[in-house]
Amino acid sequence: MANRETTQREADSLLDVERTFKERVAYAGRFLWRDRSGVIGLILFLVVVGAAVFAVHISPYDPLEQNLRENKMPPFWSAEGSWDHPFGTDNLGRDSFSRIVYGARVSLTVGFFGVLIAGTLGMVIGAVSGYAGGRIDAATMSLINLILSLPYLLFVVFIASILGRSLLNVVLIFGITDSPIFARVTRGEVLRMRESGYVESAISAGARWPRIIFDHILPNLIGPLITLATFEMSAMIFYEAGLGFLGLSVPPTIPSWGNMLAAGRKYLQQYPWIAAFPGLAIMFTSLGMNLLGDWLRDVLDPRLRRARK
Amino acid sequence: MSIALKEALVQRYFLSKVIQSIVLLFGVLLLVFVMVRITGDPAALMMPREASQEHVEAFREKMGFNDPVMVQFGRFISGAIVGDFGNSLHFKTPAMPLVLQRLPATVQLALAGLVMAVVVGVPLGLVGGFNPGSLVDSLGRFLALLGQSVPNFWLALILILYFAVRLRWFPSFGRDELKSVVLPAFVMGLPVMGQIVRLTRSAVLEIRGEDFIRTAHSKGLEPRTIYTKHVLRNVAIPLVSVIGVQFGYMLGGSIYIEIIFSWPGMGQLLEQAIGWRDFPLVQALAVFTSLVVLGLNLLTDMAYAVIDPRIRYG
Repeated sequence: MANRETTQREADSLLDVERTFKERVAYAGRFLWRDRSGVIGLILFLVVVGAAVFAVHISPYDPLEQNLRENKMPPFWSAEGSWDHPFGTDNLGRDSFSRIVYGARVSLTVGFFGVLIAGTLGMVIGAVSGYAGGRIDAATMSLINLILSLPYLLFVVFIASILGRSLLNVVLIFGITDSPIFARVTRGEVLRMRESGYVESAISAGARWPRIIFDHILPNLIGPLITLATFEMSAMIFYEAGLGFLGLSVPPTIPSWGNMLAAGRKYLQQYPWIAAFPGLAIMFTSLGMNLLGDWLRDVLDPRLRRARK
Repeated sequence: MSIALKEALVQRYFLSKVIQSIVLLFGVLLLVFVMVRITGDPAALMMPREASQEHVEAFREKMGFNDPVMVQFGRFISGAIVGDFGNSLHFKTPAMPLVLQRLPATVQLALAGLVMAVVVGVPLGLVGGFNPGSLVDSLGRFLALLGQSVPNFWLALILILYFAVRLRWFPSFGRDELKSVVLPAFVMGLPVMGQIVRLTRSAVLEIRGEDFIRTAHSKGLEPRTIYTKHVLRNVAIPLVSVIGVQFGYMLGGSIYIEIIFSWPGMGQLLEQAIGWRDFPLVQALAVFTSLVVLGLNLLTDMAYAVIDPRIRYG
């Protein structure tokens, strides 16, 4: 019990403006180490990022190289499998492991830039709405709440089927359709801050606009938004693979987890590993980012921790 | 507050919700209309790539794509109001009845998934909430995390492989017998179950710490009475809301599951319609699904306002 209270105090002190950046990072690190699922999440996330960045060095084969003589080879533990192709090969004899490694690039690109666009758009909309208040705020928010209540997957599939297959289209679709959720969170935070004493006292002390925004509002927005961004990135990676499965994401020439799933679907009964490995890759990435998000929420927003117990 | 005033407030709350839903439905119609035209040439979008110039031209004239946009929009809206989205390009029959034909299968799948999620999720959440840290609690939280992280299309493939192909317990596709629904409903219900476990657990934890529970204990009420009368009733409030929203989500999000299990519902029809470039059918599907989901959300809001009086005066 005492231990939990100490942790609580440390978490509180993370928000303390008096601490230097270095101290805060040190606290966050110690906090992370105590939360084992957070460590697992971070490791999984770093593995995926590492795969995407060093894909050229990690993958033993060219992900596009076809070798029809070695097609549909089983993974290494099977009797006919070998360490030459640890995850086996697909119907065209392409090395599954190399394709998974390269697939991380597509997933992370979609997740990162999708969240960047959604976050920027949402922050602007939410901040304006929250600051303007009154009718503008009421109208924006009821629109956003209603948009969020629509069948999301259906519209993403609908829009993707019209725009056609390209990486840019996928990023734009997710970036735009996902912005309402960022707007809602930003607006909630801005409203709370407007009511809080410190912004008021900063204004009465004569602080000008830039100072209030950059010193008081932005630092407090970053925590909740980074947490949200982690969860949304995980969701986008998930949805991108789903679009790929329907043949609506990046062109089939680009190795992506969704495209691999779509290709493996036909051979499921005899050669299940072709679809199983990309599915596992999506699952571990998603799991890692959800664990990381849970941890970030606890670290960056101690209020939630108190409420959750 | 007088009863008449209360009733007036409730009516005003419901009326504003209804108006909001109608406005959004109009927005959906506008979006669906604009999206089909966003590439500039809807005729090219809907015709096969190898279609000849004359064919495309004749099609454009027949569909009225040569008329001014406002005329086209007026025609689209006045048709949509009476449920007329034109003929499906593939079946050459009106699109809306084709969508309605697929509704029962989708509703059956979503209901089966929801029942599974509630029947398993609520007890797990309750036990977890009353005994945090126990074995059942860990199991519930693990299942919740699993439901959140496992891609449903992947889980569907694995289940087919194991339970249908290898063990032959269930058919791997179609909707010919009653047990066909088991595997797809499980895949559909797992993420919802996870959410219900989490929500029930945290609601129980929160309500157990409330002052009125302590009061109930201190005035000597039986723990059993406290649990059923005070705790469970309050847990029901957020549950109703989540169940309503999730049911709508399941009706609109069953695309992958229906495709993989060849389940003859609206999601499967959507994939086929996209493959055929049958956009009148796609439009009818998008609008109808939105209508169903918005209607469900409206019902949920109303149920919520009835159960929890704090909402309607907000």
